[in-house]
Amino acid sequence: MLPEQLQENELAAALAAVYPAAIAGAVVAHGELTLHIEPDDILAVLEFFKRQQQFERLSTVTAVDRYPLEPRFEIVYHLQSVERNLRVRLKASVAGEIASATAVYAAANWYEREVFDLFGVVFSGHPNPKRIMMPDDWEGHPLRRDFPTHGFKYSYGEQP
Amino acid sequence: MSETITEPLLQQEPEAGATRRMTLNMGPQHPSTHGVLRVVLELDGEFIEKARPEIGYLHTGIEKQCEALNWQQVITLTDRVDYLANLSNNLCYSLAVEKLLGLEVPPKAQFLRVLLAELTRINSHLVWLGTHALDLGAMTMFFLTFREREDLLRIFEMFSGQRLMTSYIRPGGLALDPPRGWEKPVRAFLEDFPSKIDEYESLLNANPIWLQRTQGIGVLPVEEMLEIGITGPLIRAAGIPLDARKMTPYSSYEKFDFNVPTETGNDVFARYAVRMAEMRESLKIVKQALEGMPEGPTRAEAHRVVLPEREKMKTQMEALIYHFKIVTEGIAVPEGEVFQVVESPRGELGYYVVSDGSGKPLRVHMRTPSFGNLQGLPNLVEKRQISDSIAIMGSLDFVLGDCDR
Repeated sequence: MLPEQLQENELAAALAAVYPAAIAGAVVAHGELTLHIEPDDILAVLEFFKRQQQFERLSTVTAVDRYPLEPRFEIVYHLQSVERNLRVRLKASVAGEIASATAVYAAANWYEREVFDLFGVVFSGHPNPKRIMMPDDWEGHPLRRDFPTHGFKYSYGEQP
Repeated sequence: MSETITEPLLQQEPEAGATRRMTLNMGPQHPSTHGVLRVVLELDGEFIEKARPEIGYLHTGIEKQCEALNWQQVITLTDRVDYLANLSNNLCYSLAVEKLLGLEVPPKAQFLRVLLAELTRINSHLVWLGTHALDLGAMTMFFLTFREREDLLRIFEMFSGQRLMTSYIRPGGLALDPPRGWEKPVRAFLEDFPSKIDEYESLLNANPIWLQRTQGIGVLPVEEMLEIGITGPLIRAAGIPLDARKMTPYSSYEKFDFNVPTETGNDVFARYAVRMAEMRESLKIVKQALEGMPEGPTRAEAHRVVLPEREKMKTQMEALIYHFKIVTEGIAVPEGEVFQVVESPRGELGYYVVSDGSGKPLRVHMRTPSFGNLQGLPNLVEKRQISDSIAIMGSLDFVLGDCDR
C-alpha cells in the first residue's frame, strides 16, 4: 500500500493505480523516490516503468546485504527516464532468489551476474548465470556481510 | 600465431565443404585492450561472428574494502576506481556523503570542484585521444597529447601534492586550500590549449587513413544503446544529450554556461568529434570558474565532518577533540541511502551509498560507466572485421579499473 504522504507523487500514484498489491512501501528521501516492491511482482513493475512510464534506461542493479536480518538481501534497481528526466529506485527484499530482469532490460545481464557473483543471489531465468568478477572456482560470495574482509582461508605471512 | 596454439582453439573438425570458425583470444595482454580485458572472438574468416568480453582481471574488491573503512578513508579508494578520472570519483562520493549529511559546501569549494572536474575530463580525453590514435596507427598523436597531459598533471600535483591519486575532494569541501598563485598555471593552460586542439584536428580531420578507419564504423541503433546501458560520449554521438551536468546539475553546474555537444553520425568518428568538442566546452567552463571564483573558505563549517586546521589543533581543546573523534570513529553519517550521479569523462558515474548510522558505510556501490559501456561491446563488434573491433574498442574509452573495481 502507498503511504498517505506519497499519494501526491505522480510516479508512485501511477504504479499504485495499476499494481496496488505490488507496493510494499514507498519513501521519498533526499529528493529520491524509493519504491519497495514485492519480489514476485518485480518483473511486472519493471515492465510497467519501461513500457508505460518511458523509463528507457536501467542504470544499475545491485544488492545490499542486511545480515542478520531476514530476508537478508535487498535487490536495488535504479531506473532512469531520459525523456522525462526522472529517476526511480526499486527495491525487493529476497532470501536468495529473484526473477531475472534481462527479459525487460538487456542491461541487467552483467549487473545480475555481478550480484550473483558477489552476493550469491540467484536470478532465475538469467541467460548466462556465471561468475563475472571472481575466478570460476572461487568459493563463497565476497560482498556478503559474513564474508571476512581480511584473513579468508589464510592470513598474511602464511603461504597459501 | 603458431599451429600448436591454434589447434586446440578449433571447435571441431568441419564437415567437408562446411565453413570453419576459429576461436581467438584477444587479450588479456593485447595492447588495444588498454589494461587486462580478454575478448573471446569467434571468427568466420576476418569477420567476428561472436564476441564475449571476459572481465574481472582487475577486480580488487573495492566495494568490499569500503565497508571496512571509515567514511572519510573511502576517498582514497575512489581514486583507484577510475585512475584517469580520479577527481570525478572523489567528487561523486563526496556529493553522496554530503547529501546524506545534509551538508552545504562553500561556493568557492564548489567552483574549484567544477574546475578540477573539467580539467580531469580534458586529461582523460587526452589519454583517450593519444591511445586511440596510436591503436589506429597515428603514433605522433600519442606524444602530442601526453605533452599537454603533463601540464595538467602538474596542475593536479600543485593542488593536491599528487599527480594521479589526488584524494583532493573530500566530504565537506577540499582537502587543502589551493596554493598561492594557483591561477597562473591554469590560466597558462587555458591560453595554450585551444591551439593544441586545433593542432590535433589538423593532423586527424583530413587524414584519409583516420577517416577510413573511423567513419561508418561501429554504428548501433540508439534504442539498442540505451537498452544495453551505454552512456557518455557514445550516446551523445548518437544524438541524445544525456549529460548529468545538465539534467541533474550538481556542485553549481547550473551557474555555468556550456553546451552538451552531440553528433548524429553514431560511428567512431562521431565519438571522436564529440570528445573534441567536449574538450572545448570544458575549457569554457574552466574559464568561467576562474573568472567567477568566489571568495571564502574551501571547507564547510562542520566540526563533526571536516578535520580542523592544524594550527587550531595546537591551541584549541575542542579542535583536538573533534580531530580525535573523526579520525578514530569516523564521521557519523545519518541512516539512509542516496544514488548520486555525476558525468564522468566516460559517461554516467553513480555512487549508491547506504548508511546505517555508524562510522562506516554499510554499502558503497559504484555504477561505473566502463562497466555499462563494455557490456555493449558484443553488440558493437559482431558481424564486423577484426581490425574494426580495434577502432570500436578505442571509441568505447573504457578503463578496466573502472569496470572491475
